[in-house]
Amino acid sequence: MNKSVSQTKDIDWWFGMALSLLMGVAALLLLLIIVFLTNEAWPVLQGGSWAQFFNADGWYPLENKLGLLPMLWATLAVSFGALILALPLGLGSAIFIEYYAPKFIGKPFSSVVTLLAGIPSVVFGLWGLTKLVPLINNIHPPGASLLAAVLVLALMILPTITLTSRSALSSLPSHLLQNSAALALSKKSMIIGVLIPSALRGIIGGVLLALVRAVGETMAVLMVAGNVVQTPTGLFDPVRVLTANIALEMAYATDNHRAALFASGLLLMILVFCVAWIASRLSSGETNGYD
Amino acid sequence: MRLFSLFVKVTTAIGGSVGVATFLVMLSGATTFHATTLHAKENTRLVLTGSSTVAPLALEMAKRFEKSHPGVRIDVQTGGSSRGVADARAGRADIGMASRSLKQSESDLFSYTIALDGITIILNKDNPVKTLSNDQIRNIYTGNIKNWNQVGGRDTRITVVNKAEGRSTLELFLHHLALKNSDIKASVVIGDNQQGIKTVSGNPGAIGYVSVGAAEFEADYGTPIKLLPMGGVDATVETIKHRRFPLSRPLNFITKQKPHGMIEKFILFAQSTVVNDLIEEQYFVSLAVPLK
Repeated sequence: MNKSVSQTKDIDWWFGMALSLLMGVAALLLLLIIVFLTNEAWPVLQGGSWAQFFNADGWYPLENKLGLLPMLWATLAVSFGALILALPLGLGSAIFIEYYAPKFIGKPFSSVVTLLAGIPSVVFGLWGLTKLVPLINNIHPPGASLLAAVLVLALMILPTITLTSRSALSSLPSHLLQNSAALALSKKSMIIGVLIPSALRGIIGGVLLALVRAVGETMAVLMVAGNVVQTPTGLFDPVRVLTANIALEMAYATDNHRAALFASGLLLMILVFCVAWIASRLSSGETNGYD
Repeated sequence: MRLFSLFVKVTTAIGGSVGVATFLVMLSGATTFHATTLHAKENTRLVLTGSSTVAPLALEMAKRFEKSHPGVRIDVQTGGSSRGVADARAGRADIGMASRSLKQSESDLFSYTIALDGITIILNKDNPVKTLSNDQIRNIYTGNIKNWNQVGGRDTRITVVNKAEGRSTLELFLHHLALKNSDIKASVVIGDNQQGIKTVSGNPGAIGYVSVGAAEFEADYGTPIKLLPMGGVDATVETIKHRRFPLSRPLNFITKQKPHGMIEKFILFAQSTVVNDLIEEQYFVSLAVPLK
């Protein structure tokens, strides 16, 4: 008896070691990427010259003007714009599938959403470039714009939000439902008053995932956003996001231009860190026992 | 344990940007191209440096050359035409690559044209405008002319399509019109030729410039674009080949001395018809075929 207990302990110890080793590799990779990015971007970071990213007069690398700020704003505008559109749609779909849809509708609907999640971004981009952009162009030229990018991205992150919200809702303990039913709550007040607040951590987690995907998306945005470096002032303005900037220019960049593109990557990384940090603060503030 | 779960969360979130970072890692290797061979019979190594326009073409040529010449290893590095010329002169490179002709001050070097590059203005096929002068193009690109009716077209706003910084087509275009990139008021900025052609074919008010080879190919296959003549010369592969088209330039290999040995072999190889398909793949114009 004693022996078998110690054996189990042994196995657990080895299993734990193996897992922590794997985690260590993941963490090390992240660290190496940051070191690599900083190293490559160093020529434009050293001696306080990183300040030029925020006060330079536009982005003309061949004329040594390396302003990244307009692209940072554009990245935020595109990502949050997409989130504002996709959140109600995604959460609504999740609630519908989970609590309202009869089985013969809910099942095919949720597999359609899963399929939507699997469409490669370049396909969304191609659709946006050949259909959506000409359509917007009829309303307000040039068509390639913040609006086009927001619409395409919203479509792309919609399934992420739907699927994660749905799994957060479906993993709630059944006594919540039973207790609410016992209180004779209507379905609506049960969902809004009990179920969504209980599943909030999971939902926020999904939203964070979607936001990070939106920030990191490159190809689709590159194809529809117009890529003009300017601070967005309206929905019809063409804008360039940080990822698109890297993809557009990296293959042809040399010297400081190249270093500045690595700095864009670093800035992107910092942005994602901030999003992750805010989300972890938000979700830890909403602890309620069900996660 | 809480700390651990927070860490995992952050790591997951970072996952999204790891994709971007991997992309960066991949690209960081892209400035030095290596084309290696399996057999190492004789260890001849050629170094080519210079123009980023010529480099992708030279790399493809080098790969094919290495296949037929086991033991030869050719390194292709980018860094701009000026570096190509400087490296050839200083002996840092066996062959320099330049996407321009040699200047007066460089006439002591030897230059061999391997292909020609030409760009032209493209419009949507529905646009009635048939020709634009250099002045009109300059005014459109700097934002002084905003509507097609100012140059004899319909009452439509002009969508100015420009190229991303660092591209050789942008450089050639700016040089031809004597503009700086910061002078240009673009409505759309694109990456490669295909994206430019798609943007212009989907927007009746758009104006853009792309490689003649790519535009001619697409127009022949029914994409609704049209190529404008420049300075009264039609934009075709033929006029570039005859060196009559104004918006074109030679892609050159530069050497310090009259080439001999493996260097001479490679230059002759690059000028032969064996590599025509490689030249056309990059939408450049080959000189090797006898003119029709």
